[in-house]
Amino acid sequence: MSNRIDQLFASKKTGILNIYCTAGFPELNDTLPVMTALQQNGADLIELGMPFSDPLADGPVIQESSTRAIKNGMSVRKLFEQLKDFRLNIHVPVILMGYLNPVLLYGIENFCKKCAEVGVDGVILPDLPMDEYESDYKAIFEQYGLHLIFLVTPETSDERIRKIDSLSKGFVYAVSSSSTTGKDKDMGNQQAYFEKLKQLQLKNPVLIGFGIKDKATFDAACAYSNGAIIGTAFIRAIENTTNLPAAIKDFIAGVK
Amino acid sequence: MKIAENTFGSKYHVDEKGFYGRFGGAYVPEMLYPNVKELQDNYLKILRDPAFQQEFEQLLRDYVGRPSPLYLAKRLSEKYKANIYLKREDLNHTGAHKINNTVGQILLAQRLGKTRIIAETGAGQHGVATATVCALMNMECVIYMGSVDIQRQAPNVARMKMLGATVVAATSGSQTLKDATNEAIRDWINNPVNTHYILGTAAGPHPYPDMVSRFQSVISEEIKVQLLEKTGKANPDYVVACIGGGSNAAGAYYHFLNEPDVKLVAVEAGGKGVNSGFSAATTQLGKLGIIHASKTLLMQTEDGQITEPHSISAGLDYPGIGPLHAHLYETGRATFLNATDDEALQAAYELTRLEGIIPALESSHALAKLGQIPFKPNDVVVLCLSGRGDKDMETYIRNLPNKIS
Ligand SMILES: Cc1ncc(COP(=O)(O)O)c(C=O)c1O
Repeated sequence: MSNRIDQLFASKKTGILNIYCTAGFPELNDTLPVMTALQQNGADLIELGMPFSDPLADGPVIQESSTRAIKNGMSVRKLFEQLKDFRLNIHVPVILMGYLNPVLLYGIENFCKKCAEVGVDGVILPDLPMDEYESDYKAIFEQYGLHLIFLVTPETSDERIRKIDSLSKGFVYAVSSSSTTGKDKDMGNQQAYFEKLKQLQLKNPVLIGFGIKDKATFDAACAYSNGAIIGTAFIRAIENTTNLPAAIKDFIAGVK
Repeated sequence: MKIAENTFGSKYHVDEKGFYGRFGGAYVPEMLYPNVKELQDNYLKILRDPAFQQEFEQLLRDYVGRPSPLYLAKRLSEKYKANIYLKREDLNHTGAHKINNTVGQILLAQRLGKTRIIAETGAGQHGVATATVCALMNMECVIYMGSVDIQRQAPNVARMKMLGATVVAATSGSQTLKDATNEAIRDWINNPVNTHYILGTAAGPHPYPDMVSRFQSVISEEIKVQLLEKTGKANPDYVVACIGGGSNAAGAYYHFLNEPDVKLVAVEAGGKGVNSGFSAATTQLGKLGIIHASKTLLMQTEDGQITEPHSISAGLDYPGIGPLHAHLYETGRATFLNATDDEALQAAYELTRLEGIIPALESSHALAKLGQIPFKPNDVVVLCLSGRGDKDMETYIRNLPNKIS
């Protein structure tokens, strides 16, 4: 069976909405309810964050969500327990995103095997170097039909973008500006970069992330790509809510 | 100056890919890749430039006060029954070995066209050394420091501010060195073009462990010359140093790494005891992992979350260890010991009364283990006295009231 991420991009070319949420947040057992509400309200893709104690590429909002999720008891092991039967109800593609250390300790092969078992479609490991992926892990990911998605930034050279595109499967994650997550950097100056990405005619679809927080920024990103990824703004919308499904419904209604 | 010697191919120096055995590398997210790549591509070229070396050497001599003395500590030697020499990094300008590295890195930053400097600091010695060279070179300077360390190393915070640096508190996690380093890395991600990150220890992504070790290698370069002069032999029997991330140890070991007759001893911070749950003895408690973009030994939970360490010494309060040292541990090239908070305090008190030298708490960890190394009476021992104790006076007074008053 082909990967759900590929199926999605085969059937939908524009305006794809990918929402990031830290697993085990706001409460430990909210992982599945959040995913269910995201699917119901029209998220096309779900990115689940595997919380890490020292998330170097994240700003305060996602850092705090990670700290809270870890305190709640979330871990790679726990997440796979929670995801055991999630494919009975969730049909949208699901990506796990996290830092390399917890995955390395869990064991890369074990991890890929578990992902395939429960029905995860893709993985983002921002601090896994491309070369090491290619030499040590690519074959394992492919064996389990798992897509690894790499990031590009405004500072990434064209040559490197090509290499990243050749190794990525599913899509390429274009970081909108050189920053940690949740920084309010102006997307206005990024047009040349987005335009360039478009001209490069990559083999993969492109989703833009970082700094997407509302309808205006979502639409702006979609104008240059197949869709966009929202993280920090979504975490903010649900971190203090007493009615999770309603908060998620409102949030997505505000974007789409 | 031997900082630019080609050491590739040596078993204990970094390889072309940035590894020491299975440790090291550069596990950076794409947002950080261009910054790190720029350094990887340029650092050796810059270090090999004779004009760079001349400027570095001159500043070390005229500004830092090098060579630092190699002092035969007679009363300490009598007590521990060996010939113990102290390499007096405490006499450097700003009071520790850290300045060797910051002088090198600021010159490198200038050559890379950077205008803004950031750094992390634990004890504040690296922060002060960075703020100092920034004042000297008229560069903007931002120092990240854990809130806990801002409290326990107050004199150094005042010095950094007087030198014109902005000191930013790191309030996440254990609010110590690890968290300050996280914040510095995040700053670098957000300022990829104009900023150079002066990392203060032999840790972090390649090329930092190698680059910092090379700048600190002046310590062992001088030891060889000084020992030859004093004893007729350039090689000691032992080199002893404390290890936080491992920069003073890397510098003290550097030119002895491939001399098997020189025994290397590393002393980590045992905190309240290795098995107390309050320790920073990484080789005893750590497993293979990734911290600050380096694959190394790391204190972590069974789920791969980084553990909060403990040490009375802010400079050693770190849950990882530089990749060179992980490799020296794994290959058995160096012997790893650890000293508890109390043992370090006692050793500080002892050196003060025996030799009239108040050492930094970090260096005191190395001193604390002199009684546990099986010296023979004729052995020549060099201990790297990495810094002076001015910054630790409050801790010394608080913990040893009956002995000081
Ligand atoms: C005096 C002194 N010694 C040692 C250290 C530990 O660092 P490293 O292991 O990099 O030498 C520090 C760090 O702050 C220090 O200030």
